[in-house]
Amino acid sequence: MLKRIALILTVCFPLAAFASEGGGHPPYWEQPHVNVNDKASLQRGARMFANYCMGCHQARYQRWMHTAEDLGLPEKVVEDNLIWTTQPGGKRDTIGSLMTNAMPASFGVQSFGKAPPDLTLKARERGPAWIYNYLRTFYVQESSPTGVDNAVLPGASMPHVLWSLQGWQRPVYEENPNGEGQHIVDFELVKKGSMSPEEYDRALGDLVNFMAYLGEPAQLDRTAIGGWVILFLLVFVVFAYFLKKEYWKDVH
Amino acid sequence: MGKLLTWVDDRFPLTKMMREHLTEYYAPKNFNFWYYFGSLALLVLVMQIVTGIFLTMYYQPSADRAFESVQFIMRDVDWGWLIRYMHTTGASMFFIVVYMHMFRGLLYGSYKKPRELIWIFGMLIFLALMAEAFMGYLLPWGNMSFWGAQVIISLFSTIPYVGGDLAQWIRGDYVVSGATLNRFFALHVIAMPLILLALIVAHILALHEVGSNNPDGVEIKKNKDERGLPKDGIPFHPYYTVKDLFGVGVFLIVFSLIVFYIPTMGDLFLEAPNFVPADPLATPPHIAPVWYFTPFYSILRSVPSIGGTAFPGVVAMFMSIVLLFFLPWIDRSMVRSTRYRSVWHKVLLIAFAVVFVCLGYLGTQPPTPTAKTVAQCLSVAYFAFFIGLYLLGRFEKTKPVPERVTH
Repeated sequence: MLKRIALILTVCFPLAAFASEGGGHPPYWEQPHVNVNDKASLQRGARMFANYCMGCHQARYQRWMHTAEDLGLPEKVVEDNLIWTTQPGGKRDTIGSLMTNAMPASFGVQSFGKAPPDLTLKARERGPAWIYNYLRTFYVQESSPTGVDNAVLPGASMPHVLWSLQGWQRPVYEENPNGEGQHIVDFELVKKGSMSPEEYDRALGDLVNFMAYLGEPAQLDRTAIGGWVILFLLVFVVFAYFLKKEYWKDVH
Repeated sequence: MGKLLTWVDDRFPLTKMMREHLTEYYAPKNFNFWYYFGSLALLVLVMQIVTGIFLTMYYQPSADRAFESVQFIMRDVDWGWLIRYMHTTGASMFFIVVYMHMFRGLLYGSYKKPRELIWIFGMLIFLALMAEAFMGYLLPWGNMSFWGAQVIISLFSTIPYVGGDLAQWIRGDYVVSGATLNRFFALHVIAMPLILLALIVAHILALHEVGSNNPDGVEIKKNKDERGLPKDGIPFHPYYTVKDLFGVGVFLIVFSLIVFYIPTMGDLFLEAPNFVPADPLATPPHIAPVWYFTPFYSILRSVPSIGGTAFPGVVAMFMSIVLLFFLPWIDRSMVRSTRYRSVWHKVLLIAFAVVFVCLGYLGTQPPTPTAKTVAQCLSVAYFAFFIGLYLLGRFEKTKPVPERVTH
């Protein structure tokens, strides 16, 4: 029986390895620690998301009520502290509303050249590490209309929204090994923000943690019940095995 | 109860059918691991139909609403995430199971006389399944759905003279659009499932007419006892129903591990670009079909364009599937099972499986020059398999086939 299971597993799982992408990361790249079961971190991330992201971005597939329930926040607390957005008509959003804002896409295009994308599924599309590094690597670039450029997404139309927390930084370059051009290896802070670099990284960690949750709220449920389902099936397989043995004992 | 059964039996062949297909359908007693996949394919089919019915209750087949309705299912519908993950995982598992099932046919020569029609019905099921999966993949209306469909449908436009009109007829528009989405929805939830079910009934009826092959490739009907029952046969029910129950349990454990812990299977079962709504103006950096099409897609990409058209590649891809239909006539060996054929037969089959998996892997990757050369060699190897099988059947020295099945 074990041989059979092993065979099935070897058939099914090497496929997963195909998807893992090679390619090294740039020197400044850091891996965030994502743990969607850390409720305190998710709550801090949600606060940051509502205060800093939702002015322009939406999470229009997610309802506030699910966020409240999954993060263990009372609905009243969420309504009083996180929901400040309104419907396009001016009516304040409620706990049952989707996490939208009233900014029309056309205003986004007019202001930034590109409408701010919806963030509900961003972490599933790009991965939390991408968002984490994107938000860490805005640097001063006087020639840009927003005053900044980004190392992860050069030419990004988003301004450095978190400047008051991170401060302003300039890139440190190194010559490319082939002698042509240069690449960014690190950053140096030129003006301090309200947070120390460590605090800022921690805050970003909370934010991407929340966004990882936001991409798939079901992951809390599925990982919680998956074990029980598999446990049941293991018991089932044991019974099925002995049932088969019993029936087959007269087959020679 | 007995009276009710008599009443029904006088009007409908219920007991007769139960006997013919279950309690008195004699299957060889030496089925091994490879023989689980037929019943597993049936299980996955039922799962896809049932989860599909529930998804249809909330899914909105329109370009405006499709993407958001899928997220509605994932977030707002009770257990919607489970139903959807079962459906997405089921699609991929269907192909894994079917590929294993088909490989079993190759191993033990199950397509050979008198089972040619079973094989042909099976191949038609495989084709219908590919169409079903392809159309289903458009429905979430993610960006990979859109561009994948765009690329695959444009293959039809390479056909000389009628191609352009044909592709437009399939799409119902000049590009993939809401019109395409609506017709694919209709075909995915009604037309293809009906065709699949009809073909599966034909597949099973044909099987039960001639009886199952087995790992020894021995015809069990040649050795009957005094009651006229095959000596090496056992009634499908209860023997194989309880055995398959065990197989179902093991399969469901693997299935659940994926559904509950790795539903995207590392970008293979659900691809990252599909978490962005379809955008005709934003082409994903690398478009590839879902993994179960990539072996054939690799063959397509390997053939260079001739005279500015990719038609030769499309023909090669088409041939790579069509040739499988003719296996019963390509493989002329009188011996069915690989157990009693030469070592070259085993080498050939293993090589074919390896080539198939490698082509599949390369099909998921961006085409670098090296990868392309490797894929071209593998594509040649894919077709060489059929020539090898033909030559082997004519010249190989086989071992004596036993009278009765072995253990």
